Amino acid sequence: MNTERLAHPELVELEVGGVTRASFLVRGAVAAAAVYGTAAAAPFVSSALGATTDVDILNFALTLEYLETDFYQVKAKTVGLTGLAAHDASNFGMEEAAHVAALTQAINKSGGTPVPKPTFSFPVTDAKAFLDLAYIVENLGVSAYNGAGPLLKSKALLAAAGSIVQIEARHAAAIGLLIGKTPTPSGGFDIAKNMTQVLAVAGPLIKK
Amino acid sequence: MPTELEDDLIPQPRGIVEELVRDDVGRKKFLKAVGTAGAASFGAFVLAACGSSSSTTTTKTSAPAKAPVTPAASSVPASFGAGDIGILNYALTLEYLEEQFYAKVIAAKLFTGAVGSLVAEFGQQESEHVAAIHQTVLKLGGTPAAKPTGKFPITTAAAVAKLAYTVENLGAAAYLGQAASISSPTVLAAALSIHTVEARHAATLATLVPGGHVTPTGAFATPDDAATVLAAVKPFIA
Repeated sequence: MNTERLAHPELVELEVGGVTRASFLVRGAVAAAAVYGTAAAAPFVSSALGATTDVDILNFALTLEYLETDFYQVKAKTVGLTGLAAHDASNFGMEEAAHVAALTQAINKSGGTPVPKPTFSFPVTDAKAFLDLAYIVENLGVSAYNGAGPLLKSKALLAAAGSIVQIEARHAAAIGLLIGKTPTPSGGFDIAKNMTQVLAVAGPLIKK
Repeated sequence: MPTELEDDLIPQPRGIVEELVRDDVGRKKFLKAVGTAGAASFGAFVLAACGSSSSTTTTKTSAPAKAPVTPAASSVPASFGAGDIGILNYALTLEYLEEQFYAKVIAAKLFTGAVGSLVAEFGQQESEHVAAIHQTVLKLGGTPAAKPTGKFPITTAAAVAKLAYTVENLGAAAYLGQAASISSPTVLAAALSIHTVEARHAATLATLVPGGHVTPTGAFATPDDAATVLAAVKPFIA
C-alpha cells in the first residue's frame, strides 16, 4: 500500500470518501438501511433526511460517539479487562463521553436537536474480542471524521471535529499496540469513509 | 438491492474534485461572513465541553487549562506563500525535518525489534508525506519550500524516544492548527489524513516515554499556531 501511495503522491488525488454533502448523508443512510435494516440505520437516517446542514453531520458523529461511550463504559465492564487494557478503556470511555457532551452542546448551540442515544449490541464476551472490536471501532471513528470534516461548512466546527478526530486516532494506535496490530493500518495516509462505509461497520452494532 | 442508488454511491474521484471545487466558492463566502465570531464560538464550545467533562472525570481529561486556543487566528509566515500553498509549504518544512530526524534515528540503530520496525515505518511515512506535499505544491502552481537542514541530538534511546514523542505531538498540533485555514476541501481532506497519522505516531511513542500520555491533552487535542511551532523547531534547524 505504501509503495502504491508513493507512486501516486499527489494529495489532490486522495479519495475524499464522500461525494457531496447530500449523498454523504441521505443516500448513504437510505442505502445502508436497505442493506443493514432500518433499525440499524434509523439513528443516522433521522438526522440525515434534511441532509445538508452541519447539524446533520454532528448528529452523525454523535451517534458514533454514543456507540464508543457505551462500548467503553458499559460493555468493557463485562469482558474481564485487566492491566493496561482496563486503564485505557477507562480513560478512553471518559474521553468519548466528553465528545458526546461536546457534540450535544454544539448541536444545541447550532439550533439543532441532538439524536437520542441508540441501544447497542456488541458481539464480544472476552477481553481479546473486545479489544479487537475496539481497534475496529476507533479506526472507524477516525475515517468517519476524516470523511465528514471537509463537508462541514463551519470552520469552527471543523476545528472542533479535528480536535476530536486526533483523539480517536490516538486511541486507535494505542489499542493496536495492545493487540499486536499496527498503529498505522493505512500507512502514511489515513483513509476517509463516507456514511455508507461507516454504517457497514457500525450498523450491525446498533439495535435500535 | 437498489442498483441505481449503488451506482451513485461508488466514489468517483474526478467528480468529487469538481463538486468540492465548486463548493469552495461558497465555503470562502461563508468564512468571510463568519469571520472571528466562528473562531470565538469554537473556543467557547471546547471550553464548555471540557468544563462539563470535569464533573464526571478525575484524571487528566478534566484539565480545562489545556483547552484548545482559537486556531483560525494563526497564519503561516508570508515567506511560505499565500493561502493553501503557504500552509502546504509550512507542512512540507515540518515533514522534511521529521523525515531527517527519523533517518538519523534509524541510522544510529538505537532501536531494535518491534520498536525498531515501528520507527522505520514511521520514518517511511514521513517520507511519503514529504513526497505528497511536495507534489501538491507543484500541482497547485506553487514553489515547494526549500529543504531545511536538520540538526538533532541523537544520544540515547530514551532521549531520542522523548524527542520523537515531542516532535510528533508538535506535528499533530501543527496540522490541527491549520485545518480551519485550508480553503480547498481536497487539500483539507489530505491534511486531515496526514494529521491523524501524526497523532498515531505520537500515541505510539507515548508508550516508550516515562510519563508519556496517549492523549496528553485529554479528550480534545490542542492546536498550535505556526509561530509556536516554528519557534519550537528552530533549535533543530542548522
